Amino acid sequence: MSTLITGRVVRLRGYSVRFDPRALAVAVGLVVALAVVSVFSLGTGDFALSPGAVIDSLVGDGTPIADFIVQTIRLPRLLTAVLVGGALGASGAILQRLSGNPLGSPDIIGFTYGSATGALIMITVVHGSMMAIAGGALVGGLATAVLIYALAFGRGGVASRFVLVGIGVGAMLLSANSYLITRASWQDALAAQAWLFGTLNGRGWQQVILIGVAIAVLFPIAGYFARKLALLDLGDDMARALGVGVDWARFALIVTSVALAAFATAATGPIWFVALAAPQLAHRLARGGGPGMMTSAWMGALLLALSDLGVQRLFPDTQLPVGTATGVLGGLYLIWFLATRRREGRA
Amino acid sequence: MITRTTGLLVAVVALGFVVLTGIWLGTKDISFLETWRVLWHPDGSPDSIIIHDYRVPRTILGLLVGAALGLSGALMQALTRNPLADPGLLGVSLGASSGVVVAIAFVGVSGVLGYVWFAFVGAAIAAVVVYLLGSAGRTLATPERLVLAGAAVTAVLYAFNTAVLLVDPRAFNQFRFWNAGSLAGRDYDVVTALLPFLAVGIALALALARPLNVLALGEEMSRALGANVGRTRIAGAVAVTLLCGAATAAAGPIGFVGLAVPHVARLIVGPDQRWVLPYTLVLSPILLIGSDTLGRVIGSPGEVQVGIVTAFVGAPVFLALCRRRKLSAL
Repeated sequence: MSTLITGRVVRLRGYSVRFDPRALAVAVGLVVALAVVSVFSLGTGDFALSPGAVIDSLVGDGTPIADFIVQTIRLPRLLTAVLVGGALGASGAILQRLSGNPLGSPDIIGFTYGSATGALIMITVVHGSMMAIAGGALVGGLATAVLIYALAFGRGGVASRFVLVGIGVGAMLLSANSYLITRASWQDALAAQAWLFGTLNGRGWQQVILIGVAIAVLFPIAGYFARKLALLDLGDDMARALGVGVDWARFALIVTSVALAAFATAATGPIWFVALAAPQLAHRLARGGGPGMMTSAWMGALLLALSDLGVQRLFPDTQLPVGTATGVLGGLYLIWFLATRRREGRA
Repeated sequence: MITRTTGLLVAVVALGFVVLTGIWLGTKDISFLETWRVLWHPDGSPDSIIIHDYRVPRTILGLLVGAALGLSGALMQALTRNPLADPGLLGVSLGASSGVVVAIAFVGVSGVLGYVWFAFVGAAIAAVVVYLLGSAGRTLATPERLVLAGAAVTAVLYAFNTAVLLVDPRAFNQFRFWNAGSLAGRDYDVVTALLPFLAVGIALALALARPLNVLALGEEMSRALGANVGRTRIAGAVAVTLLCGAATAAAGPIGFVGLAVPHVARLIVGPDQRWVLPYTLVLSPILLIGSDTLGRVIGSPGEVQVGIVTAFVGAPVFLALCRRRKLSAL
């Protein structure tokens, strides 16, 4: 990759801002697409509302019934989808960049399995409430990250071993999860299995606030360190020579990335593949300009909102978890990805 | 300096010990002398029945499944020249799982003998799809692409399994025990049904040692030396499917044996596949039967499924390996 930092620099009175027209256009396009999907998502369902009625309700002059349907029922679910998708997209973008591996997303490196272990303990052993389960997922994910980081730490830096160690720890946790499921009573096992596929069914303002606060805190931190991320691509020695605190920046980024994924998982349960596919898709659209964290976040939000819309409208009776849809979509996306790369003859 | 032949003999003796321990230890307390006696002279006593009807077939199955998983992992690692290749990672185990899901939910099959064929077909399909996706038109399969293809197929199958099981709770209850990976409750019928596949798979795998050594030089080099790379890959894929499909059908997905044992073998004997494969063949059942026995001891009076134990035994070994040095070269 020769263009690590692309775009043009705008200078004004001693301040300078770098922006990349193409990345900006992609981001704007994604936001517009997300807005369209959102309005459609809020307006359709058992009780149809026109786009105008939806927008009226959102800006505060809707009819009482439209207000109830939009603001109490559909909006929290949609916002959870958008925020969780965004968090996952950003988390995946950071980790893929750090590990230098398109497979380096939190659901492949064991973090999501760790979150699942925490939640499953809450479900099958403690029999905790929904918030307790979310707390378990959060603690599980973060503890797993600390474990992986500690195990990968050593001579030659963390990055080279991070993916490998993560996969190892992940496989261990996966089997711990299946142990918890086998030991549980039938009802608990069913609840646990259902939790293992993230769903947006019955998500309310509580989850929106949880994930919203997490994003408000973590995105600026990630943004600050992501600028250094671009320099890390030059290699540790070069980045160090340019004055980047390499180890510190990497540690901070891993922590933010994991925290984003852990909060997302706590809000909805594991949603597979958004963190893997969103950065790749964003990368393709933006042609590799910049670290792409924000573009990935928008892409993740769009993917999850679309998937949830699809699940709700295509299978209205089964309450299929959105995680199944993202799993299938993500898998099909990868197959397409491989197939097109094959035709192009690139390795 | 112990030679490699001596090392292999030591491993075989160790395997003998592990097999005996596996037959001896279990939920029902039977003294070692008694175990030894009824093992050779079955007398119809309860202890004798326990040993001959439960523990011996279970241990034999452990031998076969362990050997099959280890060899299929070693083959995958050699074929893809990827130290992370594993039946689980490349989607083959999950293919077998999906076969079983179909068997339980749509066909209404119950019992391992019924699962076997579905699991086998599922594993074969997954292996073929992953291989086709991973191998390019002009260039041949690259390690990264194979792993990506495996992850893609795994994701699709995982979503499929969960969707089916969520809609059908009865099938889920049946599936969750198979899915954890266990040798419990399998009898001689399972062993006999799987033996032909496993025998062919093992023979094929061992016969591939030389071609795989050539392949390790890199594609261009091995082609230049006159090796038939395509044939090696296809034969390898067939062996992997046979071994992994049959093993998974019998015991459910068991991870880490295929991933960890070949690394240990390479650590002992170096990269020569003519030694790596036999060592893997002997060492893998040690890990599997040992884990199975351990699961019965620590889980007493119930048991912890062997797939769970192998992960907890195999993963630290694996982690220690990738911490200690660069991964043993492929």
